[in-house]
Amino acid sequence: MTYSLNFAAVWRSFDLLLQGLALSLGLAVVAILAGCVIGLITAFGLVSKSGFFRKPAGLYVTIIRNTPILVLVLFSYFALPELGVRLGKIESFVLTLAIYSGAYLAEVFRGGLIAIPPGQREAGLAIGLTEMQIRTSIIIPLMLRNVLPSLGSTMISLFKDTSLAAAIAVPELTFEARKINVETFRVIETWIVASCLYVATCSLLAALMRAVERRLAVPR
Amino acid sequence: MTNLLEIRDLHKRYGTVEVLKGVDCSMRQGDVISIIGSSGSGKTTMLRCINMLEEFQGGTISIDGQEIGYETVGGVRRRKPEREIARQRALTGMAFQQFNLFPHMTAAGNVMLGLVKVKKMSRDEARGLAEKWLDRVGLLSRKDHYPGQLSGGQQQRVAIARAIAMNPKLMLFDEVTSALDPELVNEVLQVIKGLAEDGMSMLIVTHEMRFAYEVSSRVIFMNQGRIGEEGNPREMFLKPKTERLAEFLKTSTFN
Repeated sequence: MTYSLNFAAVWRSFDLLLQGLALSLGLAVVAILAGCVIGLITAFGLVSKSGFFRKPAGLYVTIIRNTPILVLVLFSYFALPELGVRLGKIESFVLTLAIYSGAYLAEVFRGGLIAIPPGQREAGLAIGLTEMQIRTSIIIPLMLRNVLPSLGSTMISLFKDTSLAAAIAVPELTFEARKINVETFRVIETWIVASCLYVATCSLLAALMRAVERRLAVPR
Repeated sequence: MTNLLEIRDLHKRYGTVEVLKGVDCSMRQGDVISIIGSSGSGKTTMLRCINMLEEFQGGTISIDGQEIGYETVGGVRRRKPEREIARQRALTGMAFQQFNLFPHMTAAGNVMLGLVKVKKMSRDEARGLAEKWLDRVGLLSRKDHYPGQLSGGQQQRVAIARAIAMNPKLMLFDEVTSALDPELVNEVLQVIKGLAEDGMSMLIVTHEMRFAYEVSSRVIFMNQGRIGEEGNPREMFLKPKTERLAEFLKTSTFN
């Protein structure tokens, strides 16, 4: 092996990587926020007694979770225009990741919902709260506390999935790294630096989620 | 004068199993009625029908003359709209065997929730009332504690304060001491006794026979989904008329 490490070429393009990282984060934040809303609604559908809500929710989760995300990304960017839905690269990817994360988050939230004792809802009913008030004041706050540990790792994994946007040339971190790699031929250096940026960002995300967990912990 | 509570021919089925087979019961303002009976006799189910935590298939329940949960329109019996049922549930307060305090809220927060969301009070007004009732159950000093930081007896007293603060016309107690360690039972019973002395109308499902004897104006003995016997506590406990009640009393501890 005669490869000698030289990071200089990568550092020269470091701002490109940072721009890429910023876009990755942007994609993830918008998609996951939308995914949380989709996931929450779907989770209530999944635990509903009525098949009218439960079946479509189940179908959505089944289809989306059992399709590789790369296939979904390619489908929405290349196949949807053929069906008359024309979206930009970024919009198409955010939409895909939102729908994809919605399905995963729905399952995470469902786990948190079924762990809540039925007595909580009954106590809410007994003081005259409506089902919607019970959801917003009691069920959702308790569910979030239940799911925070697994929510953190789901979010990290969804953030990393933004790298798949490189497949449709969205200029996020992985795409920029590949460009630098091609232009400079510094293969090892480029991918080491890109990996480090992912690791650092994910670690920060994990620390943030743990802080939220501590903040919301119920004293006992 | 209309009765506070009027139950007529109450029928309740779970699938094909009939757990209430025609219960009639009426109650006036200020009555304290204990409901006793072996497990599976339908006493808790009856209580839960009164605030629509259980649906029921036949009969009527009225509080202050208004029919609870169902209405009959053009000969068809149907469930009232959820908003109306929620409003009717606030006519009664309920304390549960498992307390069911909201674990993410302080003691005061638990009491305030219904005042703010249902009674539409301001937070300050609600806090004042919550503190008044927590003081009443002897827990003002614990108002900022979370349920997980309180003993079982304290949690149950907060749960009673939460129900009473809503100013219900009728309090429902569902085996409120059954999940407590023996040394914590008394503090909860004392609170209920105090409410009885204030003239609160109460329906109490209980296994505490001595307590039922002391606090009740009337006792109902439930047996296999029907009222087996009812009367004043003295007659019921000392001179049971039916074989079933005599047998039941023999197997329960009266201390």
